[in-house]
Amino acid sequence: MMQTVLAVTAVILSLAAAGAIIRISRGPSLLDRVLASDVLLAILGAALCIDMAVNRHLNNLMLLVALSVVGFIGSVTVARFVADRREQANES
Amino acid sequence: MNPEASVVDNVIDTVSAVFLVVGALMSLAAAVGLLRFPDLLSRMHAATKPQVLGLFLLLAAIGLQLRSWWVWPVLLVAWIFQLLTVPISAHMVGRAGYRTKHLHRELLSSDELEAVVQKAAQSARDESSRDEASDGGRRD
Repeated sequence: MMQTVLAVTAVILSLAAAGAIIRISRGPSLLDRVLASDVLLAILGAALCIDMAVNRHLNNLMLLVALSVVGFIGSVTVARFVADRREQANES
Repeated sequence: MNPEASVVDNVIDTVSAVFLVVGALMSLAAAVGLLRFPDLLSRMHAATKPQVLGLFLLLAAIGLQLRSWWVWPVLLVAWIFQLLTVPISAHMVGRAGYRTKHLHRELLSSDELEAVVQKAAQSARDESSRDEASDGGRRD
């Protein structure tokens, strides 16, 4: 049963990652891209969790915590230094 | 192994499989929301689903699969860490999005920040005009 769960979640997470990458490449503003890369990071963390649950180990747990630290520092830094360079508002 | 234990084993396996699939579906929901929603603030609403509820379901599935009690505090620490960092980064992104006007005002039901921003801009304008007046007085 765990092998079918692994296959199903792999398909779901691949679709989700594709959607996040499309939003990163298309996103009208910098903040949209930051948000989408945060979601991509969450999807990576979900993949690490599923690997741990299916194979019954805890090797990736520190990696998961480090991943959330990286996402936090990255999005806070970019949001702090973002500036408005558009001609007119509301085109997002 | 006695039959009762294997029944319990099956139930735990099923519950954790459901948790894994639902937790993965949270990521898919976030991706669909990112693609379909019109502006930054509503996309932020969709993006929080895998970060909090999805991670909780997946960590609970790990705890069920490992079948031991000592992992639960470790998983709880990982989840609480995520709970502490996600609101701060969401607050910063939302604030920067408001300040750079990445939102559709007609979609907001109420805007409580606008009065504060207007007041701050007004007081900054007063400050600068008073500075100019005092500078002019010194020059004359």
